[in-house]
Amino acid sequence: MNAPMEGYNFAYLDEATKRMLRRTILKAVAVPGHQIPFGAREMPLPYGWGTGGIQVTAAILGPADTLKVIDQGADDTTNAISIRRFFTRVAGVATTERTEDATIIQTRHRIPEAPLREDQVLVYQVPQPEPLSKLEPRRAETKRLHALADYGLMHVRLYEDIARLGHIAKAYDYPVMVNGRYLMSPSPIPAFDNPKMHRMAALQLFGAGREKRIYAIPPYTEVRSLDFEDHPFRPIRAPQACALCGSRESYLDEVITDDRGGRVFVCSDTDYCGTRVAARKGAA
Amino acid sequence: MYVAVKGGERAISAAHAWLDETRRGDPAVPELTVAQIEQQMGLAVDRVMAEGSCHDRFLAALAIKQAKGDLIEAAFLLRAYRTTLPRFGASEPLDTGAMRLRRRISATYKDLPGGQVLGPTFDYTHRLLDFALAAEGAPPAAAPEAETPVASTPRVTELLAREGLMQREPADPGEPGDLTRQPLAFPAPRDVRLQNLARGDEGFVLALGYSTQRGYGGNHPFVGEIRVGHVAVEFTPPELGFPIDIGEIGITECQMVNQFKGSRTEPPQFTRGYGLVFGHGERRAMSMALVDRALRSAELGEDVTAPAQDQEFVLYHSDNIEASGFVEHLKLPHYVDFQSELENLRTIRAALVREAMPEAAE
Amino acid sequence: MTGALLTAEGLDLHFGAIPALVDVAIDVAEGEVVAIVGESGSGKTTLLRVLSGQMAPDAGTVRWLGQDVHGMGEAARRRLMRTDWGFVHQNPRDGLRLNVSAGGNVGERLMAVGARHYGNIRAQALEWLAKVEVDATRIDDLPRTFSGGMQQRLQIARTLVTRPRLVFMDEPTGGLDVSVQARLLDLIRGLSRELGLSVLIVTHDIAAARLLADRILVMRRGRVVEQGLTDRVLDDPQHPYTQLLVSSVLAA
Repeated sequence: MNAPMEGYNFAYLDEATKRMLRRTILKAVAVPGHQIPFGAREMPLPYGWGTGGIQVTAAILGPADTLKVIDQGADDTTNAISIRRFFTRVAGVATTERTEDATIIQTRHRIPEAPLREDQVLVYQVPQPEPLSKLEPRRAETKRLHALADYGLMHVRLYEDIARLGHIAKAYDYPVMVNGRYLMSPSPIPAFDNPKMHRMAALQLFGAGREKRIYAIPPYTEVRSLDFEDHPFRPIRAPQACALCGSRESYLDEVITDDRGGRVFVCSDTDYCGTRVAARKGAA
Repeated sequence: MYVAVKGGERAISAAHAWLDETRRGDPAVPELTVAQIEQQMGLAVDRVMAEGSCHDRFLAALAIKQAKGDLIEAAFLLRAYRTTLPRFGASEPLDTGAMRLRRRISATYKDLPGGQVLGPTFDYTHRLLDFALAAEGAPPAAAPEAETPVASTPRVTELLAREGLMQREPADPGEPGDLTRQPLAFPAPRDVRLQNLARGDEGFVLALGYSTQRGYGGNHPFVGEIRVGHVAVEFTPPELGFPIDIGEIGITECQMVNQFKGSRTEPPQFTRGYGLVFGHGERRAMSMALVDRALRSAELGEDVTAPAQDQEFVLYHSDNIEASGFVEHLKLPHYVDFQSELENLRTIRAALVREAMPEAAE
Repeated sequence: MTGALLTAEGLDLHFGAIPALVDVAIDVAEGEVVAIVGESGSGKTTLLRVLSGQMAPDAGTVRWLGQDVHGMGEAARRRLMRTDWGFVHQNPRDGLRLNVSAGGNVGERLMAVGARHYGNIRAQALEWLAKVEVDATRIDDLPRTFSGGMQQRLQIARTLVTRPRLVFMDEPTGGLDVSVQARLLDLIRGLSRELGLSVLIVTHDIAAARLLADRILVMRRGRVVEQGLTDRVLDDPQHPYTQLLVSSVLAA
C-alpha cells in the first residue's frame, strides 16, 4: 500500500462529509432508483469529470479495498487514470485493472463484461441523474412526476421514436424502471449494458456531483428497460467480432485506422479483451 | 495488426510538465511574485475571492499565478481548497452601516448625510491606453486626502424605510442556508439565492441584470447606494458566549431601489434589490442586486416571464465552476455513446434504404 | 339525486374582496350533460376549476362517487384526471402537447394508464382520429400544423380515448369560427350520446347549451341564479338575468 498524501484525510473527504454521504447512500439503497439530494462538495476535479462518483467512492472506500477505475470500459483512458491516481494519492489504496480482483469499480459509461459478484460495488459517474430532464427541464416539476409515478411523458417519447423511425432511437442513457417504481437514468452507458443491471449481484451506486444527487440499485433488484410489448427493448452492438480477442458478445469500439475508410472493431472493456487474448495465448 | 492505444499515464505526466513550463514563460523575464499579483492585480484577486467563495487575498493571488491568469480556473482552485477547510461556525451578520468606507455613492440623492465619496474608481477616466505604464518607473504621487474623515453614513434605504417608503426586510430571518452544504431546492429562499449570486459568474450575472434593464422582467432600478470598504467580522465562540472581532474583510455592497405597485395586502412602496460581494466588485454587486430583485418577482406577486426572474434557470446556471466543468467534460472520451449512436444511425438508414429500394436490397 | 357521479355543495371562493363563488351547489348524474352559462366574470370557469380539483374552495365540498375531491391528495386527483375524468380546455394548446405528433397526443393517456402495445395504441389512435374526423394520414403530424378546429377535435380525441366517465369542458368552441363551431358541437353531442358520457360544459353560448345540455345552470357574480331542464330554463326563464341572457341571444 502506498503512503497517502500528507495534510488530507483518508480518501480526501473529512469524516463528517463521509458520514453525510453514507447516510445519503443508505437512503438511496432503501428507495431503489430514487434520486436523493445531497450536499455535494467541491472536489479538486472539475464538475462533469466524475465528482459524484468520486465522492461516493471516497465515502465507501476502506484501506483494505482494491479499486478499479474505468472510462469507456478501459482502464487506460486519461480520465480513468486521473481518478485512479487521485485515490492512490489521497487514500493509498491498492488499485487493479482486473475486474475480478476489484472490490470497488468506479465507471464512466460502461458496465464491465464479466458478471460482478456480491462482494463488489459498482460506482457510476452520472452527468445528469434526471431521466426526464430532456422532456421537462424543471426539477420542481420532475420531482412531482416521480412522486406521482407519472411517466406518460417518457412513453410518449418512445412512441414518437417508433412512429418516426420505426424503432426506439435511444442508444445510450436508455431509461429504466427500477423495482417497478422509479424511472431512472442508468447514466450514459450504452443500451447494450442495460440488461446487466437487472438482478445484478453487486450493489450499484450512482453519484451526480454537479446535480447533487445520489441513487442506488441494491443487489438482485429488478431493472427493466422501457419498451413496448410489440417493440421489445433490443440492446445494440456493432455486428463485428473483436479484432483482438474475437469476441462476438462484447461491446465494441470502432477504431479508424487510416483515411481510406479502414476500420477495426475492438472490445471497449480492455480487461475482458486482455484476459481473453492471454487465455488464447496460454492455450496455444 | 491493430494494437490498442496505451500509455495514457505517461502522456498525462508529460502534458502537466509542459503546462508548468508554459506557466513560467520565458525564463529571461523575471518571475511574477504572489505579492505582486496580490498588490497590482487587485481586482482580479477580488473576483477570484468572490467566485472562489473564500476571502483570502494571498490564496487568491496564488491561484491566479497557478492558473496562468485564467480567473475561472483560479476560482476553481480556491474552491477546491476551501472545501477541505474545517468550519468553526458562522460569523455574526456584517454591519455594513459601520463600514470603513473607501467609496460610497448614491444615484438617488444629490447629497446625503456622509456625502458622496468617489474613492478609487475607473468611472470618469478616459479609456485611453496609457503607454507611460509600459515604462516601469517611480510610483505615482500620493493622492490628496480629504481633510475630515467621514463620520456617520446612514444607509439610503434606511432613510426611505423610516418614512415607510421602503419595504422592510425581516429583522431576524433566522439561520441562513448554505448551498455548499445543502443542495438547491425550489422554491429557493432569498438567503440561498443571494449566496448563489454572490458566488456566481460575473459575466452571467451581469448579462442577466442587463436583460432586466432591456425589458426582460424590468423593475425600474435606482442605485440607492454603493459602498466599498472594509467591515469588521465578529464571531461568537461558544465557550465565550459573546461576539469578538476577528478581523476585517473588504466588501462591496449595492442596494438598488425598485418600484413596487403594491398588492392587496401592501401599499405601493419601494422594494430592495441587494448585492454584496467580496473585495471591490461594483459591477458584480450591482448586477447581483438587479437579479436579486428580479428573482423576488414571484413572492411580490409579479408575473414571472423573463429569464432573470426564473429561479431554476438563474440559480442552476450561475456557477461558473459547475458550468465550465460540465461544458469542458465534453472533451472527455464519449466513444462508447458515440458508437451506440453510430450503430443506431446505420440501422435506421439501412431500414430506410430497404424501404425505398426493396429490389436493391434483395 | 340518485346516480349522481359528482356532487358539490356550499362552495365559496373569494379573490380578495371579489366573490368568485357564493354558496354554489351542483350535481351531475351518469350520462347527463350539464351546461353552466353566464357572462365572462360570472364565476363559471372558476366553478369548473374547483369542481375538477384544480383549485380549492374557501368552503364547501366536491365529491366524486362520495369521495372528497379536495381531500384525496394530489396523486389520487391526478389519477382521476387520467382515468375517470377528462378536461377539454378552451385553448387546445393548453390541452395538447404541441411538439408531439397527433398519434402521440392521443396515445399518451393510454400509456399513462398502462398500455404498452405500440400496435394497439396506434390502432386506437387511428380509430379516435376517425371519430373526430381527422384524416388518418395526419397521425404523425404535429398539432401545430393543424387548424384551430382540428386541434380542438384532436384534444377531444386525446381526452376521450381512455373512456372517461365525466368530461369537463371549458368553452370548447370558444376561439373558433361559427361554421367550425357547429361541426364541433355536433361532434361533441354525438360522442357524448354514443359513449354515455357525463359532461359538464362551461359556455357563454346559449345556443350551444341548448343543443348539448340536458340541464342548465345560470351563473351571475358567483351565484347560481337559476337552474333546471334546458328547455324549461331557456323557454320560460324565471330570473331577470336569465331573461336578459336569452333575449340577447334571440336579438342577435
